[in-house]
Amino acid sequence: MPLLEVKNIKKNFGKTEVLKGISFSLSEGEVISIIGSSGSGKTTLLRCLNFLETPDKGTISVNDEVLFDGENIKNLKENKIRENRLHFGLVFQSFNLFPQYNVLDNVTLAPKLLKKGTNEEIENNARALIEKVGLLEKIDSYPCQLSGGQQQRVAIARALAMNPDILCFDEPTSALDPELTGEVLRVIKGLKESGSTMIVVTHEMEFAKNVSDKIIFMADGVIEEMGTPEQIFENPQSEKTRHFLQNSLEKL
Amino acid sequence: MFWEVVINLFENFLVTLELFALTLLFALPLGLIISFGSMSRFKPLSFLVKVFVWVIRGTPLMLQLILFYFGPGLLVTVAEQANYNNFFIDFMRDLNMADPLVTAVIAFSINYACYFSEIFRGGIQGVPKGQQEAGEVLGLTKTQIFFKVTLLQMIKRIVPPMSNEIITLVKDTSLARTITVYEIIWSAQDYIRNDGLLWPLFFTGVYFLAFSGILTLLFNYIEKKLSYFKV
Repeated sequence: MPLLEVKNIKKNFGKTEVLKGISFSLSEGEVISIIGSSGSGKTTLLRCLNFLETPDKGTISVNDEVLFDGENIKNLKENKIRENRLHFGLVFQSFNLFPQYNVLDNVTLAPKLLKKGTNEEIENNARALIEKVGLLEKIDSYPCQLSGGQQQRVAIARALAMNPDILCFDEPTSALDPELTGEVLRVIKGLKESGSTMIVVTHEMEFAKNVSDKIIFMADGVIEEMGTPEQIFENPQSEKTRHFLQNSLEKL
Repeated sequence: MFWEVVINLFENFLVTLELFALTLLFALPLGLIISFGSMSRFKPLSFLVKVFVWVIRGTPLMLQLILFYFGPGLLVTVAEQANYNNFFIDFMRDLNMADPLVTAVIAFSINYACYFSEIFRGGIQGVPKGQQEAGEVLGLTKTQIFFKVTLLQMIKRIVPPMSNEIITLVKDTSLARTITVYEIIWSAQDYIRNDGLLWPLFFTGVYFLAFSGILTLLFNYIEKKLSYFKV
């Protein structure tokens, strides 16, 4: 039984069709990478999953519970949306750490406000997560004192602190200097080894190939091709996929 | 004589301070309301508010003071000749009879609220959308996001322009003199008229300097308190 089931998600911005019917599923512990050129709808798809955008059509279910049904948008109340969001975590391209809080407080803010345990439990859990991303010695630092890579690792710990079923990454290394991408990708790889279910939108082809169980190639708002890394990278069926991969590899 | 003048000027500087404090008290919340109006997604409202802000910021404060001082009296006269009356005319009648300080507070509050509203708007819109979204994906409520995430970032952004505007207000209070508010400048001018003394007028500068100095220190302190993070 899949953990996440996305069926026929459609989203328009004005007259532009950004998502033209996206369906896929994800099992527990699986990692899916979404690749594709800019403007193909990858980020919009992630934002729909995190309810930062409301799809126009389609359904999103987690653990067989329908979180979103395009037929029933009007009944979607603010509280329900917030509850839905807790199934997902999102790591942004631009980190979006809260600048006025230090590392520990960034990680504990949401669990404390949403009373996810006693303060002591929350702080111990946060310390463990900050250690997991390798930043225990920076626990009292403020975001402005950290490098981009360190900020992104804190953002990962912050997302994990709410214990989401599925952790989403929106181009987590695109805003980083090349020498800092490694530390972030290593953390994500570590999460896979500890069994986290993840969806990663990325331009790092090598990383997608090594870490993912499944690759989704998106083009013009549809899933052009989906398969294992071997299928997509070694033996792409679609002309668009071949073209995209060729261009991506040429850059290297 | 010297101390007598110093003390007398100080007493009238209290009127200046009263105008200053009351203007802040009313203009800050009013400015916030106006800024919400100008950011409203309801276009006619935001258009009207923007026109209002344009008129108030685009005309001299002194002109607005004179309008608020003479306007109610004129309106009441015209209304009485036309045998017309309603609650608004009654209100104008009250305003016409009121202490000029009240009129000054109203004119100053409206004027400064418009300037403040633009500062607030800049502060609110200046907080990156990503901050709100980061709070949302963590499951926080809108209220939690406002108070725990964005508010302090807004405050940090608006402190420097606000301190500028508030220090300008200290000195603008002297304009109230034109509508017979007996504040420090006017009381100093009395020494010219009655005693042929010029120095008290210049001495008023000491009070303005001292007070704006205190405010500068206060704002520096706030800025320093907020310097531990960057936005």
